[in-house]
Amino acid sequence: MADLAPNQPDLRLARRPEIGRLPQGSAREQRLRELWESEPGWRGWLSTVDHKRIGIRYIVTAFIFLIAGGIEALVMRVQLARPNSHLLSPEQYNQLFTMHGITMIFLYALPVLSGFSNYLWPLVLGARDMAFPRLNALSFWVFLFAGLFLYASFPLGQAPDAGWFNYVPLSSLEYNTGPNVDVYALGMVLLGVSTTVGSVNFVVTLLRMRAPGMSIDRLPILVWGTLTASAANLVAIPSVSLAFLMLWLDRQVGTHFFDVANGGRPMLWQHMFWIFAHPWVYVVVLPAMGIVSDALPTFCRRPLVGYTPVAISTVATMMIGFVVWIHHMFATGIAPLALAFFGAASTLISIPSAVATFAWIATIWLGRPVYRVPFLFFAGFVLMFVIGGVSGVMTAAVPFDWQLTDTYFVVAHLHYVLLGINVFPVLGGIYYWFPKFTGRMTSERLGKLSFWVTLIGFNVGFFPMHISGLLGMPRRIYTYPADMGWDTTNMITTIGSFVFAVGILIFLIDVAVSLRRGKPAGDNPWDGASLEWSVPSPPPPYNFAVVPVVASRNPLWEDRIGEGARSQLEEGFVLDHGREALGTTSLDARPDIILKIPSDSYAPFLLGLFSALLFVAMLLHAWIFAGFTAAACGAAILLWLWPERLLIQREPQRVQDVGTGHE
Amino acid sequence: MRLALTAGRSKLAFLTVPFVSLPAHADAPLEYFLHSNGPAATPTMHLGWGLTAMCVAVVVIIAVLLAGALLRRRPAAAPRALGKEEGGLGWIYVGVGVSTLALLASLFYTLVTLQAVAQPSAPAGMTITVTAYDWWWKIDYGDAADPSHRFVTANEIHIPVGVPVKIGLRSADVIHAFWVPRLAGKTQAIPGQINTQWIQADAPGVYRGQCTQFCGAQHAHMAFDVVAQPQADFDAWRDAQVRQAKAPVDGQLRTGQKIFMDRCAGCHAIRGSDAAGVQAPDLTHVGSRKQLAAGTLPNTPEHLLDWVQHAQQIKPDSLMPSIALSAQDATALSAYLATLR
Repeated sequence: MADLAPNQPDLRLARRPEIGRLPQGSAREQRLRELWESEPGWRGWLSTVDHKRIGIRYIVTAFIFLIAGGIEALVMRVQLARPNSHLLSPEQYNQLFTMHGITMIFLYALPVLSGFSNYLWPLVLGARDMAFPRLNALSFWVFLFAGLFLYASFPLGQAPDAGWFNYVPLSSLEYNTGPNVDVYALGMVLLGVSTTVGSVNFVVTLLRMRAPGMSIDRLPILVWGTLTASAANLVAIPSVSLAFLMLWLDRQVGTHFFDVANGGRPMLWQHMFWIFAHPWVYVVVLPAMGIVSDALPTFCRRPLVGYTPVAISTVATMMIGFVVWIHHMFATGIAPLALAFFGAASTLISIPSAVATFAWIATIWLGRPVYRVPFLFFAGFVLMFVIGGVSGVMTAAVPFDWQLTDTYFVVAHLHYVLLGINVFPVLGGIYYWFPKFTGRMTSERLGKLSFWVTLIGFNVGFFPMHISGLLGMPRRIYTYPADMGWDTTNMITTIGSFVFAVGILIFLIDVAVSLRRGKPAGDNPWDGASLEWSVPSPPPPYNFAVVPVVASRNPLWEDRIGEGARSQLEEGFVLDHGREALGTTSLDARPDIILKIPSDSYAPFLLGLFSALLFVAMLLHAWIFAGFTAAACGAAILLWLWPERLLIQREPQRVQDVGTGHE
Repeated sequence: MRLALTAGRSKLAFLTVPFVSLPAHADAPLEYFLHSNGPAATPTMHLGWGLTAMCVAVVVIIAVLLAGALLRRRPAAAPRALGKEEGGLGWIYVGVGVSTLALLASLFYTLVTLQAVAQPSAPAGMTITVTAYDWWWKIDYGDAADPSHRFVTANEIHIPVGVPVKIGLRSADVIHAFWVPRLAGKTQAIPGQINTQWIQADAPGVYRGQCTQFCGAQHAHMAFDVVAQPQADFDAWRDAQVRQAKAPVDGQLRTGQKIFMDRCAGCHAIRGSDAAGVQAPDLTHVGSRKQLAAGTLPNTPEHLLDWVQHAQQIKPDSLMPSIALSAQDATALSAYLATLR
């Protein structure tokens, strides 16, 4: 504890926490566990603010949406397997492809990574919880309710049907009279609340709650990825929320932002949408790349090659990602000179990606691969990443994009990057952290089978789409004539997509079976390096009995990779006067303040519920009901913010009795 | 129905082997990767080959490196031994360095190609205004210098071979996109503004186009043809298109015309008659076109009658209703429409 001078009073800490050990099973550790545990039963389920439970909920809910989006895709693939098919009407097909995009991009891709980050951040940072636990719970509830809000339209046959990109004027009231687009618009604004508060939580947690000694050059790359994505979200989401709000106002209140006949501009929608949606695609892949950067080294038996370049490349990718949005609009008639800048940026954004790719390959090459299931997914990911990336380089070339855009070539590209860079790391990540989440190992056999079936199915399904696109097949067509040359590639794609679905099914079976019958996992079954492997599996509700002190990037490997660093995991600050965590300084992570952490509360659930009901009221134009729900939201916020003695962040100067627990 | 398409003149035609041997139909009218037929498309096709070659090379190199990394032999080590953090930065320097050079080279080539295809090298010989509708194309030759060369048609564009043609793109409703891949890249037709692009065909032929911006229910059936002809043939076609339809004298034809006026003239126009509808394709010379319903059906009397009577089954949710006709009326209407060549 060299950072703290032993005899200096540190007024910011107000109370100098004792330094000690809290062995498992001791009376004091038991008391600490009781402080942090949620109530059993439905009460605890609705009121918990435990980041681990919220993280699991995010992952499970995201997977349910993944399956829904996957079923939508499989139905479309049956329709497209042959020319001139009549399985689906045009309207049905349009709703399916719109909801497939919305589901995968908004209800799966980010939430699943939020789930991983929610669960893992405090554990890898050496913290007790996120900075704002109740806000964390709110972000989950709002996500769940926004997803339900969007999907409630399906059974009514009124799902959004103008594409996930929802261009005006097709999505304006004149051409889309039903509630479909209003569901989308309001649902997105609601979902934006979830993403925004989640992003705030990540940024503040990173700035305040790292373990002492975890300077920013010791952060796991997952943390770099999620931090970058969260900062980007805070800047980008306002654009799309505003765009959807403006669209809703045009449709339902009588404004004319996008209404051509009254001076509005369709291009305004495209710009506002893509200024958000392009950064969004990096938001949904950078944390997943971070998962690989953190987990792959475990199976290579050495730390990641090039930590600093990889961390910087994460930030660089996101930053360049803000100046490429017009590559979605190359065909809109913008002057070629302007397009040239965006095309150049879109080409050069692959350079930071190349940094990461070579870092991963070097880590494998210089390491000693252990062919367990997670490693297979990460190795496969590297190749999918590169294929998706190069097809992106092809579309970045402006004149060639004038041929490629809006054909199946882009569909191939986007699926290689989204499935390759999000789904494969997620599957690998679940296999990797399943022992930590559940205390059980998965089946190696089922896992390897699921990997191979998924990999083969994915490539058989999506590689031919490059060919379909080069043969001129446009996107978003519910059927096609027989003499266009597209029959064979479409049939192969359909077959491959079903094989891929079987692979996912095997994965789900593996998870279900392993939850019941998996072999018990110890604390560190993979012999990993980071802090989450220093706590039991599953972790106790308080994560760390004492606050660890971190001295390197790989705390659990220090004694064997000879860096001379010595993290201190067994002995540290004992913070058990209520729910407490340690706040540290932003850059160097020196101890700074004792943070009082809120305990469980129903307020996030209630606020999430009433917010969703408010949006239902707006959808239905039920303004009185809207007034009531808005008032209920206000009441929930009041409940939330009501001052609590337990949360006072400044303790009396009088030293508390050690061990009495509560104030 | 389609004329044989000539491959773009290129020495790299051997690369067509993998495509030609695909178990697909030989005729892929919207394919642009191996075939191009004009200066707005050929430089892009070559750029596509260059980029594809570079990208395939990258994927192969990475795959080989990955396989090498996975499969290479390593000396045995103790089970809990770990490698140190140092080392390996050379991989990043070399890999990123080579990638950057390749990307900069491809960027340079891309910008050169953009310069070549953004504008024609000679001023446009003619201008055509194309207005996109849900789900058809209005073709307006109204910018011709000579007023006697101005007329409106639908879904089929004719251009003279070897002449750069400027296309002014408008939309009557939602955003569509105009794309005839063998001749040029695509441009959106956005309501409230006029976008322009150019096309040029260097060989006679029929080049298919299709809408490539999702525009609603029948986006899938919004195709068109661009017919490139030698100048003399184009002039003859144009003169025929300018002519108004003749009034029918025969009894059955007059019956057919009356049915048309009652049932169709609200939306469709036939120049030379009282039918002056503007919401649907101009039918003055519908018989001269190769396809019907924006590239959905071949243009034969049987298909035309089928279209009139069963439009909602052929192109559901399109704005053409299915017109119920008695057998007698159907025959009369069909006979009248057959005169509209």
